[in-house]
Parts: sequence; C-alpha cells; structure tokens
Amino acid sequence: MARDWPNELYDQLKAGGVSQFAYVPDAGHQILIDRSLADPDVHSVALTTEEEGVALLAGAHLGGAKGVLLMQSSGVGNCINFISLMKGGNFPFLTLVSMRGDFGEGNSWQIPMGQATKPVLEAMGVTCLAVESAPDVAPVVEAAMTMAYQSQMCIAVLLTQRLIGAKSFA
Amino acid sequence: MALKTKNIGGGRSAGKQASGHLERRAAVIALLGDTDDNDLLFVTGLAGSRSDVLEAVGADCKRVYPLSGAMGAATSMALGLALAQPDKRVICVTGDGELLMNVGTLATISILNPPNLAILCVDNEHYGETGFQRSHTGLGVDLARIAEGCGIQAVRTVIDEADFDEAGKLLRSGNGAGFVLLKVGVSDPPGVARNRDAVLNKAWFREAVLGKA
Repeated sequence: MARDWPNELYDQLKAGGVSQFAYVPDAGHQILIDRSLADPDVHSVALTTEEEGVALLAGAHLGGAKGVLLMQSSGVGNCINFISLMKGGNFPFLTLVSMRGDFGEGNSWQIPMGQATKPVLEAMGVTCLAVESAPDVAPVVEAAMTMAYQSQMCIAVLLTQRLIGAKSFA
Repeated sequence: MALKTKNIGGGRSAGKQASGHLERRAAVIALLGDTDDNDLLFVTGLAGSRSDVLEAVGADCKRVYPLSGAMGAATSMALGLALAQPDKRVICVTGDGELLMNVGTLATISILNPPNLAILCVDNEHYGETGFQRSHTGLGVDLARIAEGCGIQAVRTVIDEADFDEAGKLLRSGNGAGFVLLKVGVSDPPGVARNRDAVLNKAWFREAVLGKA
C-alpha cells in the first residue's frame, strides 16, 4: 500500500462489506471519517464517547451489518467494560486504533493510556495487530476483517506512530 | 398535574418513593401494545426493563435481545440495529439508571435521527438492581428534557394512563427517532426467567431477523 494508504484502507473496508463507521473525531482517522461522511452508501456515526461504538457494532451484527470503530488509543480506555458484551456474545468486533503515546510521543499526557492500550485490550481478550509501515496496512486489515467477521473475534488494528507519525509539540 | 407519590409493591423496593404513580410492568405492557409483529424488534437494558419487555413479548420471543450486563449499552445497540435494519421497527427499553450512564447516546441518536428507532425509558427514579438507591432523576434530573436538548424531535413524558395512546403510537411509528419517558412508581415485580447466554440470544435474534444461517 502506498502513501495514500488511508484512502485505500477506506476502499478496502467498504469492499469488505463495512457499512457502519463509528468514531469520535480524531486526526489519525481523518480521511476515513471524511470518506464515510461523504459516502451515501454507509452510515457515518459520530459518537460522544467510544464505548457507544462498541455497543453500536453489536447491534449492527444483530441486524446483519458490519461495522468498524475508529478511535484513538485514549478512547480504548473508555471502552473496556463494553467489550464484555462482545466477548460474552461472540460478537465480531473490529476497531482501528490510531496510536498516541508510543513511538516518538512528545505529549506526556498521552503516554499512560498509549502505553497501556495493548495490555488492557489483551486483558479483555482483544487480539491486537500492530501496523508499523504503509505496505502492511492492507494485509493486516484483510486478516483482521476475516478474523472478526468470519471467526467472530475481537480484533484491534493498532495504527502505530511509526505509521502515522508523531504529532509535533516542538 | 399534581401526582400523589405512593409506594407500590414491597420486596426490595419497600418504603421507596418516586414522583410517578404508574405500575411499571403493566404500563410497559400497555405502551408496547400488540407485540406479535415480526417487524418489531426489541433491545432491552438489564434488570427491570429486561423483565418488563420479556413479560410483554413472551419470555421465549426471539425478536428481543435482553442485556444482563454492559450497563449503558442498550440504546447504542438499538441504534446499530436500527441502522442495519431500516425496514424493521426497533424499540429500546431501558431504565433511568442505565440511560444516565450513557446519556450522550441520545445526542448520537438525535443527529442520525433514524425513523425506525424509539426509546422507552422506564423511570422509577431508583437503581433497582443494586438495592433501590435513589437515582438522579429523583433529584431533579429530567431525561425527557435532556432528550429534547439533544435535539430529539418526538419526546413524550407519560405520567398517566391518558398519555398511553399517544406515547404508544410514538413508539410504534414515527418519521424520526422517538423518546418516551415513562414515570413509574417504585415496585419490584418478579423477574422473568430466560436463558442469559449472550451467544444463544444472539443466535436466536439473528435467526428471527435474518433467517437461518
């Protein structure tokens, strides 16, 4: 996948049947969010907090639809108890997490949740697949969609700061 | 209208009071009306609202997804379902305590305004499941005004049987998201038995909506 991986990622998710894009606004997911807003074929769901998106995706599955939750790593902490619903009900759960608080982070406020993102997700039984370079985005997301939607797993694709870059606070 | 506050029923709720006087179980059953319609789907919160709906629709009805945990999830779940099934009617029945936990979902629902989604909040002003501690709605918080403030256009507060007809229609039909706040007295009607297995309930529900896998 080339420099334009966010646009290709959107096309890939849509081709995979995703029709509900849930998010709390986030710079790391800006292109996916904007594409979903401009796309009349999908539901673009702006949340007030990330945990709403977890339950939303369970409801989507009850109705036969596929959804994805787009969030920043800080939002992961807002979701944890609702993952009980996904694990307890074997609901497919796919989230794309734009990482903060990892590689090259310059804002110390982001560090605690960023460093804890993977351990807390794994503690809830969510499998984390990290992406560190643009060519890996497509194959990892393809694997993630298969694992979530076919095997009803809970999958978090971590879009690391090696991939998306660290925000400058200089 | 001045409503006389009175306590209904005993058990764990004995001695507790709320501003509403309707009996919750009977009121929910009356508001939901005829539920024998394959295009009518339910998501319930846990505890009281779960049993209210199960008694209304039948404990073995597959068109209901009852939560027994993940408090605060019911309304968002109903939204995802309503978006996925635009030709079905989705009614979310929840309680005041659960809705307070994720009240921002009313804002999320409002801006999407799905025409096939309605929320019925059974407001007894207490957290029944944990021992009937008083909730914020018994201390001045009005969830109907919050729903209106979120921009939901069709909002009704039910305090009396005279309100049932219009509120029932709002739940059953409408051209935008609807919200009904049902003010009830404090009571502790018996729970309705149903398998709590979340996977089993998911399979039942999907079979009812989507057909056999």
